Amino acid sequence: GNWSRLAAQQALTQDQLLQFETFGNVSLIHITDIHAQMKPIFFREPEINLGVGENKGEVPHVTGADFRRLFGIEDGSPSHYALTYNDFSSLARGYGKVGGLDRVATVVNAIRADRPDAILLDGGDTWHGSYTCLKTQGQDMVNVMNALKPDAMTFHWEFTLGSERVNEIVEGLPFAALGQNIFDAEWDEPAEMFKPYKFFERGGVKVAVIGQAFPYMPIANPGWMFPEYSFGIRDEHMQEMVDEVRGMGAELVVCLSHNGFDVDKKMAGIVKGIDVILSGHTHDALPEPVLVGETIIVASGSNGKFVSRVDLDVRDGRMMGFHHKLIPIFSDVITPDAQVSALIDEQRAPFKTELEEVIGQTDSLLYRRGNFNGSWDDLICDALLSEREADIAMSPGVRWGPSLLPGQDITREDIYNVTSMTYGKAYRSEMTGEFIKVILEDVADNIFNPDPYYQQGGDMVRIGGMAYRIDITKPQGERISDMTLIKSGEVLDPAKNYVVAGWASVNEGTEGPQIWDVVENHIRKEGTIRLEPNTSVEVVGA
Amino acid sequence: MGAGAALLTVLPFRANAAVDDLIAEFTGGAELADAGVELTAPEIAENGNTVPIEVSAPGATAIMVLAAGNPTPPVATFNFGPLAASQSASTRIRLAGTQDVIAVAQLADGSFARQSKTVKVTIGGCGG
Amino acid sequence: MASGVKPRVKVPGKASAGEAVTIKTLISHPMESGQRKDSSGNTIPRSIINRFTCDFNGENVVDVTMEPAISTNPYFQFEATVPETGDFKFTWYDDDGSVYEETKSVTVA
Ligand SMILES: [Mn+2]
Ligand SMILES: [Mn+2]
Repeated sequence: GNWSRLAAQQALTQDQLLQFETFGNVSLIHITDIHAQMKPIFFREPEINLGVGENKGEVPHVTGADFRRLFGIEDGSPSHYALTYNDFSSLARGYGKVGGLDRVATVVNAIRADRPDAILLDGGDTWHGSYTCLKTQGQDMVNVMNALKPDAMTFHWEFTLGSERVNEIVEGLPFAALGQNIFDAEWDEPAEMFKPYKFFERGGVKVAVIGQAFPYMPIANPGWMFPEYSFGIRDEHMQEMVDEVRGMGAELVVCLSHNGFDVDKKMAGIVKGIDVILSGHTHDALPEPVLVGETIIVASGSNGKFVSRVDLDVRDGRMMGFHHKLIPIFSDVITPDAQVSALIDEQRAPFKTELEEVIGQTDSLLYRRGNFNGSWDDLICDALLSEREADIAMSPGVRWGPSLLPGQDITREDIYNVTSMTYGKAYRSEMTGEFIKVILEDVADNIFNPDPYYQQGGDMVRIGGMAYRIDITKPQGERISDMTLIKSGEVLDPAKNYVVAGWASVNEGTEGPQIWDVVENHIRKEGTIRLEPNTSVEVVGA
Repeated sequence: MGAGAALLTVLPFRANAAVDDLIAEFTGGAELADAGVELTAPEIAENGNTVPIEVSAPGATAIMVLAAGNPTPPVATFNFGPLAASQSASTRIRLAGTQDVIAVAQLADGSFARQSKTVKVTIGGCGG
Repeated sequence: MASGVKPRVKVPGKASAGEAVTIKTLISHPMESGQRKDSSGNTIPRSIINRFTCDFNGENVVDVTMEPAISTNPYFQFEATVPETGDFKFTWYDDDGSVYEETKSVTVA
């Protein structure tokens, strides 16, 4: 209630959040994976985030109490609330919402007041993820981010706006659009629209920022929307770029990456000469950088919930030391920047009525993050099963989408926050039991292949109507077993056809109603959402 | 998560027995060395219909490429002439599912070398 | 005959004697594999480019045997030695007997 929120606010001040001992001669500010969240939200971190192979049990694959122990975080503290999932609903009532780009602006401005030439870098997944972003084809986010004056950006979901729209926006961007791995698909040459790197002269130091866009763009998202482009990790080309910028006198080499954390770790072990990797895509928030050889990797969370500040001491062409802080954006504690607040309201004004319409209420905590299921996805699968009259529902294991607390209204904006995309049609098709297994095995291998270069950085496809067992230590084809229809208890027959409803197909020409309309209709009928704990996935080998 | 008819292309194929015969035909049954030919292919194909590959075998007269899991495995044979500045070439190929791509080179001394790479063709479709 | 077949080639216009130059070629062609079926279930007949050659002043650089597993719009990249001023000649041979040609001149300074 109010009393506890006031107490929390009194215990926490903006000065404390921004407190930082200025260090060295260069400052980097990193924000990534905002997913178009301009306003404060709730965002629950995952309970289950399994690492495989060499990354088993390593950060960021540590959650909850283990995470707090590892980083010395006190139970019930602001960091407990910001970085782990336990007691989320009650801590959220005390500490309030997080994020809001007007609060982010305040933090960025405060860092710039301290170090005027700090470099602000946006890791991408910026122009995607909300009602207004979908309706304006990313323009709302472009307008608001421009006000924050970033120095460079790289990309992932932006490309789902289609290459024509991406090109149109990038042509007018007042900062660098980077991606050393964005190639022209026809001639296999670096794409002209995206530069591999950009030089900055800051604090007497020559800083080179190399961009690394999401490598698996045409696999994880519909490649037919941007056929002119090819991506990939291209670590050999990355090494060439590092050598090139070093040859041109770069004293500090920063990689603004959308690889995902484990891919960045592997790349840091292969490519020599990168000082700092600012990591995005897997939405991990880490209070300390991870060191691989002489490279530090910084992970700054998602949905506007965190900003990272990294101060570096660069002397004689070398990084001699760093100070780092992951700043949680507590939106009741940080004063919003008035100019950016007004700009955000301006973007939302034309859609105010649609955004604010209350569709229903929830008695359950609605969240998404976790390797196997989230309650938002359970709700979406329920909607698909009932509205599309299906045996089995499938919902993509994406990592974006804010949370709602028990007792909150569900507005249309909330539904779009977890569903909006340019390929949101809810298909309904027949699939054999064998084929459903092939899909689960395929997706599981994109998450649990022990080689990070085979991982695409999402979570397991969410399943409604069906239970299964997964052994994450097995190779592709042997992980999934005991596939059972929940309503009848019947084991899936490989040869029999089942009606499957899903959304976010990467195939061109998918037919069906938009998923947000399917979910809205379902919530209207239910009125108040009450979800039972989901126990349909049995996980082995974690 | 992508689903639909196009996904049938990623159902696993068994390696085609004809592959051994094709290699024997190319080599005349000679021994295959591990060193001497290099095949570069992506770990994961962005699109199974157009997978970039590169073959290289210094001094080779010819390099044959096979897709072991395709219904018909032959892909291409590169014959290098006197004005080839290197015995290497790149092209784009179709792969009907996750499988091994094989390069067999006839080297300058008439011996043969072989290298293969697994290329994963995935449904894909999730992301952070 | 496949319609709209159009070759494109990237070759540097100048080189020094004996220099190795990178050549890239693309030709728009469906490369119909003979394994696809049309909407009424009939097999679409095979129609591919089955051979590609590159020569310089009559001497061979590369001669490629192509199968249906080569992607639509076949692409090749390779390196050629340029001994003197002259012409690269590129030739693509279609299943239907058509031959597509392109030439590019290189000046050795
Ligand atoms: Mn991403
Ligand atoms: Mn993201």
